Amino acid sequence: MSTAHNISVTGQAAENLGPQQKLSIALGMLGLLILVLAFLNVSFQPKIVWLSVSLTLIFTGIVWYTKASYANKFAGIKNNHIFFNSLTNRGIWAYALGILITGFYVVLYFYPSYLGLVNNGENTGIVALFDPFSKLLSGNPASQWFVYGTLYTIAILGFGIKFLWKYRNNNYQRLRTFSVMFFQLGFAFLIPEFMARLNGEKFSLPYYNLVNIWPLNYYNFEQYRVDDFISAGTIGVSLLIFGIASIFIITPILTYKYGKRWYCSWVCGCGGLAETAGDSFRHLSNKSTSAWKLERWMIHLVTVFVVIMTTAVISTYLGYDAEKYWLTKDVFLIGVGLVLTIVVGLTFIFKRHEFKKDAKYAGIGFFLIILALIGLHFSGNTQQFAFVEAETLRSSYGFLIGSIFSGVVGTGFYPIFGNRVWCRFGCPMAAILGFQQRLFSKFRITTNGGQCISCGNCSTYCEMGIDVRAYAQKGENIVRSSCVGCGICASVCPRGVLKLENDSPQGRINSKEILLGNDVDLMNYVNKN
Amino acid sequence: MNQEHIVIIGNGIAGVTLARHIRKNSNKRITLISAESEHFFSRTALMYVYMGHMKWNHLKPYEDHFWKKNRIELKKAYVEEVQTQNNQLLLNSGETFQYDKLVIATGSKPNKFGWPGQDLPQVQGLYSKQDLEKLEKNAPNNQICKRAVIVGGGLIGIELAEMLRTRNIPVTFLVREKSFWSNVLPLEESEMLNKHILEHGIDLRLNTNLKSIEADKHGNVKSIIIEETGEQIDCNVVGLTAGVSPNIDFLKNSSIETNHGVLVNQNLQTNIQHIYAIGDCAEQRNPTGNRPPIEAVWYTGRMMGETLAQSLTGNPSNYKPGNWFNSAKFFDVEYQTYGWVFPKPKKGHSDFYWKATIENKCIHMHFETESRKFTGINTFGIRMRHEKFDAWLNQEKSIDYVIEHLKEANFDPEFFKKYENEIFDVYKKKLLN
Ligand SMILES: Cc1cc2nc3c(=O)[nH]c(=O)nc-3n(C[C@H](O)[C@H](O)[C@H](O)COP(=O)(O)OP(=O)(O)OC[C@H]3O[C@@H](n4cnc5c(N)ncnc54)[C@H](O)[C@@H]3O)c2cc1C
Ligand code: SF4
Ligand code: SF4
Repeated sequence: MSTAHNISVTGQAAENLGPQQKLSIALGMLGLLILVLAFLNVSFQPKIVWLSVSLTLIFTGIVWYTKASYANKFAGIKNNHIFFNSLTNRGIWAYALGILITGFYVVLYFYPSYLGLVNNGENTGIVALFDPFSKLLSGNPASQWFVYGTLYTIAILGFGIKFLWKYRNNNYQRLRTFSVMFFQLGFAFLIPEFMARLNGEKFSLPYYNLVNIWPLNYYNFEQYRVDDFISAGTIGVSLLIFGIASIFIITPILTYKYGKRWYCSWVCGCGGLAETAGDSFRHLSNKSTSAWKLERWMIHLVTVFVVIMTTAVISTYLGYDAEKYWLTKDVFLIGVGLVLTIVVGLTFIFKRHEFKKDAKYAGIGFFLIILALIGLHFSGNTQQFAFVEAETLRSSYGFLIGSIFSGVVGTGFYPIFGNRVWCRFGCPMAAILGFQQRLFSKFRITTNGGQCISCGNCSTYCEMGIDVRAYAQKGENIVRSSCVGCGICASVCPRGVLKLENDSPQGRINSKEILLGNDVDLMNYVNKN
Repeated sequence: MNQEHIVIIGNGIAGVTLARHIRKNSNKRITLISAESEHFFSRTALMYVYMGHMKWNHLKPYEDHFWKKNRIELKKAYVEEVQTQNNQLLLNSGETFQYDKLVIATGSKPNKFGWPGQDLPQVQGLYSKQDLEKLEKNAPNNQICKRAVIVGGGLIGIELAEMLRTRNIPVTFLVREKSFWSNVLPLEESEMLNKHILEHGIDLRLNTNLKSIEADKHGNVKSIIIEETGEQIDCNVVGLTAGVSPNIDFLKNSSIETNHGVLVNQNLQTNIQHIYAIGDCAEQRNPTGNRPPIEAVWYTGRMMGETLAQSLTGNPSNYKPGNWFNSAKFFDVEYQTYGWVFPKPKKGHSDFYWKATIENKCIHMHFETESRKFTGINTFGIRMRHEKFDAWLNQEKSIDYVIEHLKEANFDPEFFKKYENEIFDVYKKKLLN
């Protein structure tokens, strides 16, 4: 087919990539070129000017491209030619982009010195280019994480604007995109930098993105951070309490009312990038039942891993630094055990009848954790946790999950596996929210009676690989732990079959044999059996 | 024990729904025969493959291992003949195939009205997988297909127009009626769609019939000629979308009674005891209510499948569908309907029409003038809840009640602009006049 090698992200045929689109791509590339040259140690002076020029070019490129692509078209669904384009259909350009991003992440996580990070001295390379900007915000020189954070934010803002334009017919999509743009720019990027400005000799807060909640933020309760929080007085302790309340109080309440989407599609930075920059790859997620099975294993194992790891790390420093904290190791371990028992106990009491597959995994995980806790409690060894060093657990989690999974694979493989690989297979936060969404929440996707024509748009564009159609064509509501509530399935459905809503938990799960529209008596007869 | 063998010809929505439900309720042996595709796919989504929204595999509602797992045997073959006297089928391979019970679910085929040139290689309908492949060959881009002419202004015609436009192929759309789909829609909606079609760059010709299709010296389509004006329009592809009719030619020599479709009773049985027909190809001897004898839509195929499965597994049931409903999408405008709205209100009926000021949004309701009983709604650009309207129709609510409670039926995504108050105001004003 003549359009087989088209790199356009919007899905316009190659011959339609107008001069404006080409120019805008060139403009963005020019901006990137400056960064690449800086990476290659070309020294730009004055740095702040060159950095501004580069970022402005990238940003303008994206926005201009967006305008050229959507401005003169009708509002509506814009998926034409997605599966003809090399970039969006796992063609050669997709692999090229995948390798490029993956490479970037490898350097970022494991070889930051190549980016020009110099620990005790003047930065060089691309990190140096960001120094003045970093100093402007936080007063400190840049790090590789500052470079990354800035580019990440630009990506969410730029592609966020693209998303806003693409879905301008849909207020749900617009609002949640404004929301992720806001949280990225404010909470993930600017506020932590400004907070760093307050740090001095006596008062020092750890870098803290308030909406990056444990266990996604797996290092939140590590010793150096907790020490910082405590020594920073009331503000620090409040932040520490907020961090704990986030996962144990705020999250359950919001998830009960709105489903996990309040976090995954409205607040979270990982979700934010996936929804904006990753939007062009959402249809690449695997919809097979075997992928679903893999997903359930992976995500629950990661969750068990993060709970054990965090417990081990905290109990270790509570153990050997006992006089510093009011909480002792034993009390802490008993507390963790108690919380887990209560959660699982309540679930079993109220939800046993809904247990099918979920139960097995939760059960196994729970069992492992309890075993480990007991082992830890009786081992008397402060450094070890079920025969493994807590530090080993921590560093392997950081390496395997924190870096490789969420970064290198999670983002680097966007063009191959879709934009939510991390969110679906790896994120422990998503697992916890999902567990609750499945069992204790008002959220569901309602199916509109018998209107489904099994066309498959919903399943194809579900970034979480949920086979939405499998439910819709049975007239059954979609209540799935992995659903991030992006609402795209409802947007692309050509027959108005799907609606995300929060309603009373009764009748949320409503499997039917015979759909609305058929003989009423028959429906009553069959659906009762 | 040897299980009864149920053979279903046609693996469309009707046949597949039937097979699935028989399996749920019994252990009978089931065979699905089709010549079109190995696995069931969603015909309604053919357009999205050509437009690049989906790939072929996305059209399959069940994964390939589903059939084996559910012990539904698949046979790829074309049935040439049904030999009712000895319960067997003659397949195109020359093989014969035995059945205990036979279900005919062979769907439709595009209509052709004997136009000169209608069998040229670039003249085609849009119904089957093969049609899609043909279109990919005939109209891959606007170099090979410089213009396409579509004949017949129905739902498939407008889908075909939308498809071709995504490849920037100029389209001329010949519609026999005075306005698009005006044999089904009231004029207000129909005219709104005319405008929408024109806005999408389509050369819409109303009140226009096809006279003939002309070929060049290689036997390829070169133009069409219009009946009314004699105008010649150069084109490379002609799409025939002037309706469909039951695909039952292979039954001609059998003893199964047919008219346009296979004639069935309310229990979906043909004149022969162990033979049934469902879906597009079935013609009801006694249709329910306002329903036509042949209902060629997805939902009715499914419902017939659901119903017949009950009968075949020990719970004799008649096909008694509930309230009519349907839906479609015209480029960017979504349409749903519940109950009956006719081009003009029937005798003793009145209508209420509301249109938003700017966008392509409107609703149109019909009701009994005297009793004010609500009888149906067309809604464009606002999604409505099937469950609510079904209940209101069953409870015979009045138009006043429906308008007052319209909010409850809203099914648009969260944060969408709501129009119910505006509709209510307009309604009150009209009522007072
Ligand atoms: C492009 C398009 C869009 C549509 N959109 C909608 C829509 O939005 N909403 C809606 O309600 N309806 C829609 N329809 C109509 C809907 O698809 C049909 O009503 C429905 O598919 C009919 O299902 P069925 O099972 O009766 O037959 P079919 O789906 O036609 O299946 C019959 C099968 O039997 C096979 N067959 C026929 N004869 C033989 C034989 N002799 N031997 C072996 N196999 C045979 C055929 O090849 C075919 O595979 C659309 C149709 C088309 C073509
Ligand atoms: S099911 Fe729908 S809302 Fe949920 S993740 Fe998939 S596309 Fe998004
Ligand atoms: S997109 Fe809508 S009509 Fe199509 S399969 Fe999904 S729910 Fe059904």
